[in-house]
Amino acid sequence: MIAELFTTTVLVGILASGIRLATPYLYASLGETFGQKSGVLNLGVEGIMLLGAFAAFYATFVTENIWLGLLAAIIVGGIMGLAVAVINVTLKAEQGISGIGVFLFGLGMSELLFQKTLGTVETVSGFSSIYIPFLSDIPYIGEIFFQQNLLVYVAYIMVPVSWFVLGKTTLGLKIRAVGENPEAADTLGVSVNGVRYITQIFGGIMSGIAGASLSIALLNVFQQNLTSGLGFIAVALVYFGGWRPFGVLVGSLIFSMVNALQLWVQVLNIPIPADIAVMMPYVLTILALVIAVQRVRPPSALTKPYERGG
Amino acid sequence: MRGHCPRISAQESIFRIQFMVENSEFLPSGKPKISTMEMRGIVKRFPGVLANDQVDFDVQSGEMHALLGENGAGKSTLMRVLYGLYQPEEGEILIDGTPVKIESPHDAIEAGIGMIHQHFMLVPTLTVAENVALGLPSTRGALTDLDNVSARVLELAELYGLQVDPDAYVWQLAVGQQQRVEIIKALYRGAALLILDEPTAVLTPQEVNELFVTLRQMMVDGHALIFISHKLQEVMDICSRVTVLRDGRVVGQEPIDQVTKGTLAQMMVGRELQAKPEKEETEQENVRLALRDVWADNDLGTPGLHGVSFDLRAGEILGVAGVSGNGQRELAQAINGLRDITKGSVKAGERDLTGASPAEIIEQGVSYVPEERMEDGMIKEFTVAENLILREVNKPPFSRGGFLNFRAISRQSEDLIKQFNVKTPSKDTPVKNLSGGNIQKLLLARELSRKPKVIVAAQPTRGLDIGATEYVHQVLTDQRAEGTAILLISEDLDEILALSDRIIVIYEGEIMGEVDAGEADPEQLGLLMAGVRSQTGE
Repeated sequence: MIAELFTTTVLVGILASGIRLATPYLYASLGETFGQKSGVLNLGVEGIMLLGAFAAFYATFVTENIWLGLLAAIIVGGIMGLAVAVINVTLKAEQGISGIGVFLFGLGMSELLFQKTLGTVETVSGFSSIYIPFLSDIPYIGEIFFQQNLLVYVAYIMVPVSWFVLGKTTLGLKIRAVGENPEAADTLGVSVNGVRYITQIFGGIMSGIAGASLSIALLNVFQQNLTSGLGFIAVALVYFGGWRPFGVLVGSLIFSMVNALQLWVQVLNIPIPADIAVMMPYVLTILALVIAVQRVRPPSALTKPYERGG
Repeated sequence: MRGHCPRISAQESIFRIQFMVENSEFLPSGKPKISTMEMRGIVKRFPGVLANDQVDFDVQSGEMHALLGENGAGKSTLMRVLYGLYQPEEGEILIDGTPVKIESPHDAIEAGIGMIHQHFMLVPTLTVAENVALGLPSTRGALTDLDNVSARVLELAELYGLQVDPDAYVWQLAVGQQQRVEIIKALYRGAALLILDEPTAVLTPQEVNELFVTLRQMMVDGHALIFISHKLQEVMDICSRVTVLRDGRVVGQEPIDQVTKGTLAQMMVGRELQAKPEKEETEQENVRLALRDVWADNDLGTPGLHGVSFDLRAGEILGVAGVSGNGQRELAQAINGLRDITKGSVKAGERDLTGASPAEIIEQGVSYVPEERMEDGMIKEFTVAENLILREVNKPPFSRGGFLNFRAISRQSEDLIKQFNVKTPSKDTPVKNLSGGNIQKLLLARELSRKPKVIVAAQPTRGLDIGATEYVHQVLTDQRAEGTAILLISEDLDEILALSDRIIVIYEGEIMGEVDAGEADPEQLGLLMAGVRSQTGE
């Protein structure tokens, strides 16, 4: 029975789903990487993803335009990012706790809006697969990498883009400085809170898109708690990736590949209890985190609000 | 005859310098000079404190003006106002006669003011060039232009004699090098006026000399320099004028040749100082504390102590000199059972204390005056009385059968407050409301009331004013006379030299050498502090 897993069709299937399933993790954890690099921990990613997923789905459902759906997710994500910035940066809330609040707000609000507007699970036609000319014709490789939808491609493009912005631009330099020694940045005329607002709003937008990638690109449905913990995993992946975009990519892929594997295990009716299969990715995350986090040091000012003259 | 020639050339060079200074409007960095900067009638209030009260201060191109005062006298506040970190309630700042508004560090930088902070404002995880470039517009728009920055850093390094590698990460640099980065950072931003906040506090004597060479050159080149310090000798050595602040007010402003160390100290403290405590002859026979090849890890989990060995005898003060962060904290904690000893042994008399709990070590008569007196020495929310009996709370008369005896506790605290002259509104005041000096007195009161055999005193006068420092020195000298063995861990070399019988120098967790206090000179200690062993050894 296990041997069924090792046919080419199934292996290609697993790899293709793995690539696709990494999408929401990539958006959410790349956005969170920027935030944490600047010294702000946003634990509420999950809540923002739920709101983004709902906004995208509802706008698409009503207007039948996926672009308006995506735009709705971006706007809602940006507003939530702004709210997170006000709470954590201006009001200097305890970040470990305020994030739980943001999560619960997003969970409750998305469910309420869902009940009041749709009430039942509907489907939309979301982003469809784009076959990249020539590349998608390559046997196996084409099917795995080059027959995905737009949001999947953009997620992977965002990895080098994030690396470039953090490493090679003046904004990236400010973000890194503010997360390590905000006082030093302040004495050089860098607006510590300004930089943190930028990263939080960007992080919110990325979380919103992560939600949209679920509701209008991968699953094309919305239901209560659609994300089921995915946003928290995304925060963990930032630690796993050592606050580096390519590290985050590796983490997202490991996680989504294991996830894809367990989905196919269920599909093929392989006699492993479903609960155990579902558990696998989570167990793996915990193990990976324990091993990975000991190597890298988080940004020194992570979770510490900045106060001048302290 | 021989003395004649150099005098003329010195005069001539002064003439040349004046000529150059007066006849160029530009600095070697290519930026315009600030010929005068004036602060007039600066008033800055904090809740409950008048930090600056009508302060006038000025500095000119080509001079170094010292700002002298005790902790809390208002020096840092005044300079933070000048650098735009604080907004004053009253007063104005004039640069070259024109009033300017400095509302943020950004404005200050624009105006040509740079500040070298006491705690370096560097991001350790970034390179030197990245630290310099931070916050500045780039020639490539949104992209960084680190190669251009590096080139300019090297150029400035050459001009001012500040050697530094632009591609090195700041965490890899020694403290003296980090300070050079700070200076270059300010010069890069076109600083014509440089504020130096206690720049020598973390340096070895050699590094201080190098810094002074650079600063003298900068003066000659026409920079205006402000030197904040409480070290009188340094002020006398390098500054041309001095302003003394006390309790937020200017109590004196003189050219340096009109003052002596004595008059300056008197101005700072507001009274005459006591003579240095006399060292009596003591019997130094019994070894009270013996360390043999002690290893311990630092907070990063790598060895912080590399086989430290020494004997501490009754009636002596053994000074441990060293630059901050070379294992002093680990040493004090390892002796007191607050840090695991991975190898080696600690003995108090005949008793082996390796791996003993803090309670067992206290039982053996070891007292500890920790470096972080507010964090490790006191519970700051607790009252004076509660803190005074913390160590012996389990013993009669302070408690019996688990119940506190409040009468005994208040009697003890009232006695100690009187005996150690602690200024506190009452014994029931929370410790966090007291001044640093009074907190240190409380700590000493608690530790000494137990009649300890050994005292481990870590940075016992750090952050204290002259009066409180005097007091702590007197107490330690008295304890020595009574036959207590004292380990004095300090980064203040003057303190070590004044109090110790013997001096050991710690560098990267290793004891570099031992010197008899009578024969010690700062040069030699400075070399050991920088990790250079005496030639005879190798």
